[in-house]
Amino acid sequence: MTDTTTRPGPEAGELAETSRPWVLIGRSFGDNKIALLGVVLVLLVIGFCFIGPLVYHTNQLQPNLLQLNQRPSGKHPLGTDYVGFDILGRLMVAGQSSIEIGLAVAVLATSFGVLWGAVSGYFGGALDSVMMRVVDIVLAIPALFIFIYLATVFRPTVVLLIIVVSALSWVGPARLVRGETLSLRVREYVQAVRVMGGSSRRMIFRHVIPNTISTIVVNATFQVADAVLILATLSFLGFGLPPPAATWGGMLTNGANYLYDGYWWEIYPAGFIIVITVVAFNFVGDGLRDALEVRLQRR
Amino acid sequence: MIRFLVNRLIQMVFVVLGVTLIAFVLQNLIATGPSLARAIIGPRATNAQITTFIDTYGLNHPVIVQYLHYLGQLVQGNLGYSYKLNEPVRTIIATELPKDALLVGLSLVLALAFAVPLGIWQAVRRNRLVDHAGTAVSFVLYSMPAYWLSLLLIAAFAVTWRLLPAEAPQGETVTSMLAHPAGIVLPIASLTLITLALFSRYMRSAAIETLAQDYIRTARAKGSSTFRMLRRHLLRNSLASVTTIVGLSLPGILTAGVVVEYVFNVQGVGLSFFTAASTSDYPIELGITVLVGLVTVIGNLLADVMYAVLDPRVRYD
Repeated sequence: MTDTTTRPGPEAGELAETSRPWVLIGRSFGDNKIALLGVVLVLLVIGFCFIGPLVYHTNQLQPNLLQLNQRPSGKHPLGTDYVGFDILGRLMVAGQSSIEIGLAVAVLATSFGVLWGAVSGYFGGALDSVMMRVVDIVLAIPALFIFIYLATVFRPTVVLLIIVVSALSWVGPARLVRGETLSLRVREYVQAVRVMGGSSRRMIFRHVIPNTISTIVVNATFQVADAVLILATLSFLGFGLPPPAATWGGMLTNGANYLYDGYWWEIYPAGFIIVITVVAFNFVGDGLRDALEVRLQRR
Repeated sequence: MIRFLVNRLIQMVFVVLGVTLIAFVLQNLIATGPSLARAIIGPRATNAQITTFIDTYGLNHPVIVQYLHYLGQLVQGNLGYSYKLNEPVRTIIATELPKDALLVGLSLVLALAFAVPLGIWQAVRRNRLVDHAGTAVSFVLYSMPAYWLSLLLIAAFAVTWRLLPAEAPQGETVTSMLAHPAGIVLPIASLTLITLALFSRYMRSAAIETLAQDYIRTARAKGSSTFRMLRRHLLRNSLASVTTIVGLSLPGILTAGVVVEYVFNVQGVGLSFFTAASTSDYPIELGITVLVGLVTVIGNLLADVMYAVLDPRVRYD
């Protein structure tokens, strides 16, 4: 990539004197220990969920009624749940759907939102008003309400959850990108392209969207975290992926029934891994934002 | 300002219309006519009973007629009649809404009371121990599913230490809830912590941004004390962005409210929504969705107005 397409906007001139933007951003990100911790945690969680089951074999399909609610032991490092599934193994399997859906939502929702926001902001006028009112409508409906609505009609599947969560998450990036587009479209270099007869499509894809890339990347990272949280909440309320699929939220629901029995291993591990996953993606997002926000670096 | 308000009110009407349309279409996707009737009055209902049910709720009309009828009723403040509870949706919401107002309102006030000073403190002490500790705590809180936080509080305060009840008071009214203040401590604490995490992050970055402004440097150069600078220049300027965040966070807070009500068995609108969803009581689901949409839109409008009040540079025309 060349400097012309990756320059993060107005203050780019100051950056160019010191170093190339991506190098500087990379260094700034590397200096941020919390962001690095986030990356490490994300990799650990992904490894745990996707490589873990290859190493640590457990049966997550047939209940074992002789092994109900077992305390953690050598055989079951995190104990077993109310139908005898090994909890450590279940955490791994359950995480796969969360992470797959989270990443897919981030890609789908962000792509659509970015397009929507860029088109709306670039053309402005009546089109902008209509497109932004649509965003307002989606924003005015709390996501959980719509999820519960939909989950009562359809039997949730991974694909359905991706579509539904994306359908309600694209408004965030749409708003952010529209805001940036409004200021980008009056910049000299965008005007210059217009004078030279560049098409709208060329301007949006070559000049507007590349300049909002920092906002987009940061937002996409947060989208993963939010999607994992939403999924966990849906599963907890009983509107997530139905059995035999394992979900972190579902594990917590079952564990919550034993809150008063002191079966801590059925409640804490599932909660901790949700928190760790969400924290990890948020750390990465925050680190990226700090690294990309040039303005805040002029301390 | 007046023109701005009129414009926004007109936009609001369209947004609320959009919400009702989406909710109504979704509801009709879920079930219509006989299948809906059977889902409500049971698998052994006779044909006559089903016909009566369909006639009573006007389910035999085309969707567009039903929608227009619904809108007509909505304008008159009529939200429909529950399939299951033998009560108008309006009555159900009117009984339960004060409890939500108490829960959400108190949590919101408490969260702001903690988040604003915390955010400013973190901004002033940027990259010091306080800042890192504050960020870490708010990160963890923000990343916690609402129900997990509630469960942890129950496990600690209700099960292990036996200090507070694990369930909210089950009274019909707000006064009966307030009669047992111990019972509402945990639900409010859960919701406050979730909201607090959301706000303090924004407050911190808003304050950092304000601190970088020239007028702060000018104030410092003129020799104003740190406290005066914080109060006169930083607080007011940062508060403007916080009002926007409060407005925008409303859907999130209400969503967390549903979960908290579910965990602590608070008999509020959120729990009703959940029960209605589990029992196919669509008029209640629809009514509550429209209500929440309305609350969100009004919240956003208020946030915009507050923004102009707190920041004189912002003028709508």
